[in-house]
Amino acid sequence: MNKNFSKRHKAESRFKAYGFFSLIAAATMLAIIIGSMIYRSIPAYTNYTIDLEINMTEISLEDGIDDINYRGILRSSLFSFFPEVQSRSDKRKLFKLISSSATYTLRDFVRENPSYIGKKFYFNVLFTDDSDLFYKGYVDISLPEDERRLDNKEITWLNQLDGTGRVKNKISRNLFLNGDSREPEVAGFWGATIGSLITITVTLLLSFPIGVLTAIYLENFAVKNRITDFIEVNINNLAAVPSIIFGLLGLAVFINFFGMPRSVPLVGGLVLSLMTLPTIIIATRSSLQSVPPSIREAALAMGASEMQVVFQHLLPSAMPGIFTGTIIGLARAFGESAPLLLIGMVAFIVDIPATFTDPATALPVQIYIWADSPERAFVAKTSAATLILISLLILINLAAVLLRKRYEVKW
Amino acid sequence: MIIVLGLLSFTIAKQRALLYLQNNEPLRSMPVYHGLYVSLWAFLIPFFLIILFLTFKANYLNYLVTPYLSEETISLGSEEIMYVKNFLINNISNLNNLINSGFISEADSNSLIEKYQNSRLISFIFVIVLSIVLSFVSYRKLSVRFDARRRVESILKFIFFIFSTIAVLTTIGIILSLIFETLRFFSQVGFFDFVFGTHWSPQTAIREDQVGSSGSFGAIPLFTGTLLITAVAMSIAAPLGLYSAIFLSQYAKPKTRDFLKPILEILAGIPTVVYGFFAALTVGPFVRSCGEYIGLTVATESALAAGLVMGIMIIPYVSSLSDDVMTAVPLSLRDGSLALGATQAETVKKVIIPAALPGIVSALLLAISRAIGETMIVVMAAGLAANLTANPLSAVTTVTVQIVTLLVGDQEFDSAKTLAAFALGLMLFVITLALNVFAMIIVRRYRERYE
Repeated sequence: MNKNFSKRHKAESRFKAYGFFSLIAAATMLAIIIGSMIYRSIPAYTNYTIDLEINMTEISLEDGIDDINYRGILRSSLFSFFPEVQSRSDKRKLFKLISSSATYTLRDFVRENPSYIGKKFYFNVLFTDDSDLFYKGYVDISLPEDERRLDNKEITWLNQLDGTGRVKNKISRNLFLNGDSREPEVAGFWGATIGSLITITVTLLLSFPIGVLTAIYLENFAVKNRITDFIEVNINNLAAVPSIIFGLLGLAVFINFFGMPRSVPLVGGLVLSLMTLPTIIIATRSSLQSVPPSIREAALAMGASEMQVVFQHLLPSAMPGIFTGTIIGLARAFGESAPLLLIGMVAFIVDIPATFTDPATALPVQIYIWADSPERAFVAKTSAATLILISLLILINLAAVLLRKRYEVKW
Repeated sequence: MIIVLGLLSFTIAKQRALLYLQNNEPLRSMPVYHGLYVSLWAFLIPFFLIILFLTFKANYLNYLVTPYLSEETISLGSEEIMYVKNFLINNISNLNNLINSGFISEADSNSLIEKYQNSRLISFIFVIVLSIVLSFVSYRKLSVRFDARRRVESILKFIFFIFSTIAVLTTIGIILSLIFETLRFFSQVGFFDFVFGTHWSPQTAIREDQVGSSGSFGAIPLFTGTLLITAVAMSIAAPLGLYSAIFLSQYAKPKTRDFLKPILEILAGIPTVVYGFFAALTVGPFVRSCGEYIGLTVATESALAAGLVMGIMIIPYVSSLSDDVMTAVPLSLRDGSLALGATQAETVKKVIIPAALPGIVSALLLAISRAIGETMIVVMAAGLAANLTANPLSAVTTVTVQIVTLLVGDQEFDSAKTLAAFALGLMLFVITLALNVFAMIIVRRYRERYE
């Protein structure tokens, strides 16, 4: 008897431990995911730069600002560190250590400050992703030469440059302020973030009014019959349809049938709002249901019409719940990427979008694009973008929770 | 413009109603409703027309430029036609660009632009005139005895009804577009070749005479691949999710619950693209090196890695739903079992789980449907080659991966390749729909039992 008893108790604590450990396992996974993203993103936030001495003493304004040989100026400035490098192929290799964007940044700088023409000054220039990773210690020098991205010669040059004291590690503004680029050191996620925001604005503008009004209709005005029953079942099913199916719908209907352009936030927003609609409808209905019937009856007794009851009494009391549901739905749409891939928002877009019909991409899709890129430096960039996306989503959800806590009415 | 007209008619009608009030005449409805009534008429139908115009603008432009294509362009094939058409449409209001492009002569450019601007003007005037006429007609109806409120409310009710059909229209749109494209696909590829074929290689060659130009569309390997990854995912998510739910609903104190539940919620809120990146970057190589360590050859894009990460993603879906159903089991059942001397664990195993079983089953079914339809994780972490295998260490591909690979990038819209994606989409839709409906029926039965 006693033996049996202790056996049962052991089974009991074992069972409890299983439950606890599965929760701990889930928490650990979460920690590993976020931890690995933080760890991998570290190299992305800074970029090594070098101050090059720009000699413009022999250039005058008459040459025309756009026609100045900026590339040549940068080359001669860089080569002045290495008088021993003479062969053409070596020179080309040497110049490839700094970012190819340097020519354009110098041009833009001179355009804005023409007074520098005819002077000597220092100009801060980015290194390429490979040199940058070398300085950060991510290039394994013990590997055989042909398995590295940098050969021995380039490494000696980089070490030599480091010795001049002109090499600095600076916060990478490009990452936060630029659009996409083929060069990892120039690429940033600002363009994608703006694209996401425009898309979400379209989604909000469409799905919020339509969703709320649909819910009001179904909850307060619809006569219970076959049609409304069908609509209800339909909405519940729609909430569980895989998101990629909405992408197929967008491609077939919006792009092929209505001839809307590809890659634009307008179509993305349309598709995402169809996807978000069920979430908003369901949330609105449940918060309308939670308003006690006494409110409604009191208003009706005072002579208000059905419509007035809804808009002057039920809706204001249900608003916190509706907002929370909408925010959660929009957060899901914000992190969604599969349907956007199908409607062409996966293009390589450098310019930062400004309107609903500019070609754009979204932040999650940018992550997908970068994750697919072969350059190693994009791994860090992708992780950084991932962290930004997760923190934005956590912020949005936190806002929903706070809103609910602050305005929730306990009846 | 019509918004201005709407506002204008609103104020005018309201003023007139206010005038009645000043003359001490008994109005039936409040002045606001008089205003609303007229402005709704002035605004709604024209607004709807504008939306309609905008939706079909692209189609109309396409139709407009088609007769202006030169014979040379047409002879160059569909890609060139598309390009020139797009160019003409984008520059339709810019005469210089049109002429300089060389696609179109100067006389043609002028007539094209004239046509375009005429049609714009006509539709603009039409909308404005319609708005004015409608507001005038409705304005004439106003009087002291006019029941504006009831009219406004029935108009609004009708609008709400239209909105509520949008969800239905979406479903109809999904079904029709999928079926339509699928039928076109089956006119090129046999139905049985698709459903029972075991070889999938959709690469149709550019030239007819190349080897393997036809491509083969046997969907079996895709479905086995999907099932394999789903099975791996469920073998992670089912036990972890269920045990988490049991702990949260039966053992955890309210404080522990408040602390642990958000973890699962965050896990559910992480975008799938992040999971995909994590799977491809960290888990894939990790699984491979583990396999190498014990002497197994593992593909970097193994089904195991994708399935593992998908399992983590699905844990919250399993746990939150089964948590709900287990909390919903009547307390009397639980207390009765405990009072008879059963331990907590025995109560859970022998009483609560059997009572909540339908709910748990439907939670698992919904999780499976989620796993089947999940896209980003498998796109980033699973393979592209369709292997017919049950070995989780090899690379397999899934239905969703193939839909994405077939449709991303510029493609002609008539080839069997792109149409195949819609056929796959239809299969996916039907399968997930069946799982969802089945799960919903089970839950409904279960609720009825205890309510």
